[in-house]
Amino acid sequence: MSTSAIVIAGAGECGTRAAFALREHGYQGAVILIGEEPHFPYERPPLSKSPGAGPKTVADREKFQAAGIEFLSGVCVRTIDRAAREIGLGDGRTIPYHKLLLATGAAPKLFPGMEGARTFRALGDAQAVHGQLAPGRHLVVVGGGFIGLELAAAARIAGADVTVVEAADRLMPRIVPAEIAAIAEAEHRDKGVSLFLGTGVVSATERQVTLSDGRMVEGDLVVAGVGVAPNTALAEAAGLAVDNGIVVDGCFATSDPDIFAAGDCCSFPYRGRNVRLESWRAARDQADHAAAAILGAEELYAAVPWFWSDQYGLTLQVAGLPAPVARTTRRACGNGAFILFEQDADGVLVAASGIGTGNAVAKDIRLAEMLIGKGVPVEADALADPAVNLKKLLRGQE
Amino acid sequence: MSEWIEACSVDDVEEEDLIRFDHGGRTYAIYRSPDDEFYATDGLCTHEQVHLADGLVMDHIIECPKHNGRFDYRTGEAKGAPVCVNLRTYPTRVENGTVFISVE
Repeated sequence: MSTSAIVIAGAGECGTRAAFALREHGYQGAVILIGEEPHFPYERPPLSKSPGAGPKTVADREKFQAAGIEFLSGVCVRTIDRAAREIGLGDGRTIPYHKLLLATGAAPKLFPGMEGARTFRALGDAQAVHGQLAPGRHLVVVGGGFIGLELAAAARIAGADVTVVEAADRLMPRIVPAEIAAIAEAEHRDKGVSLFLGTGVVSATERQVTLSDGRMVEGDLVVAGVGVAPNTALAEAAGLAVDNGIVVDGCFATSDPDIFAAGDCCSFPYRGRNVRLESWRAARDQADHAAAAILGAEELYAAVPWFWSDQYGLTLQVAGLPAPVARTTRRACGNGAFILFEQDADGVLVAASGIGTGNAVAKDIRLAEMLIGKGVPVEADALADPAVNLKKLLRGQE
Repeated sequence: MSEWIEACSVDDVEEEDLIRFDHGGRTYAIYRSPDDEFYATDGLCTHEQVHLADGLVMDHIIECPKHNGRFDYRTGEAKGAPVCVNLRTYPTRVENGTVFISVE
């Protein structure tokens, strides 16, 4: 047994979860978790949903002590020396490892000309922004995805004026079907958000956005939520395979068998292709799986992607990944809530997206996730009929 | 002092499912197991206070509709991250097709 540690680079949801999962899987050696931010690990999803709520800490000093995990905060991992099996920190220290997990996450993107806009990812961003979310203030959001729309909803609830600019002709073009986006769009308009759809942004500064049609929108704060890029520089410099994320196998091993990667930073095999997810659930699931794999488990990761967003009283949930589909089926879930099921040519369910008040779609989306996981054909008529319990459909497949 | 409160009719809860029940300023969840027994727990998940009534019951597990925290609803036992605090449970009895729960 080596005396060196399992070292985890990145103390977001994934890295932190992995550290504790190693203990839950019975590992008794040294575990060192390294986070760049100065805080104890916290949950990111609430930041854009309620920016003023303060951090929800995932693990504090007592919890780390109780689990015997060494947590280093406010320091980055700068280098990996694969031959010597040690990492170099930003403060000059080196730490030997026998296994290394890269959970370096992702960083918000900005397009050229937009450098003056604020991005939104970390606790510091929420703390800087939430004071601006007040009556009489005007928030301008570039990008109509989950982050931008959640922030827009939080700002409207706080009484601020809000403008959202989206280059596509509808909201959330990458994530949900148009019919679902239309429900969210109507809600944002109803709540008083000014929407510019099909409108690009030429440039953005701290307080002003120039649109592709020449118009200008001025505000007290401009926030860009136009996607993220995986943090792969460390892996690349170490010579690991990188292709839209650190490339890993079904056990989250990189091209170096002693180095693993999981969470937003990795590109992993899913149903015959490699994908990268930006998702709380995936960060946790992958952390669990990678921890087990680091300790020798050989099972291949097969979890179905799952996302959610809260905007005003609406909750939106997605299971699976959109793919070329043969058939879309709508199922009513009561009170206007509905789910769209997407099946391939063989009738296999590949994705399900739902929207409704509160958690109206949660149960059926969870069952859809399990049906997607099974990968067997299902009857579209049964999916469409609210009287058919999807649980029975799932069991019927067993 | 505990008292028995009439919560619902047995027909209000489908097999392997749950409903919400509010009483005295508190909210509860009433479950009907696959073997046709009735159980009661606090209504809100111990992780983020999300009501469990919209969650999925599979066998003896209730899963929170928001973050997939899982509990054995018979004992209230939290089944792992993200939930670590057990769910409080309450005794139930069935009389003439009516489900009663014992609350304080």
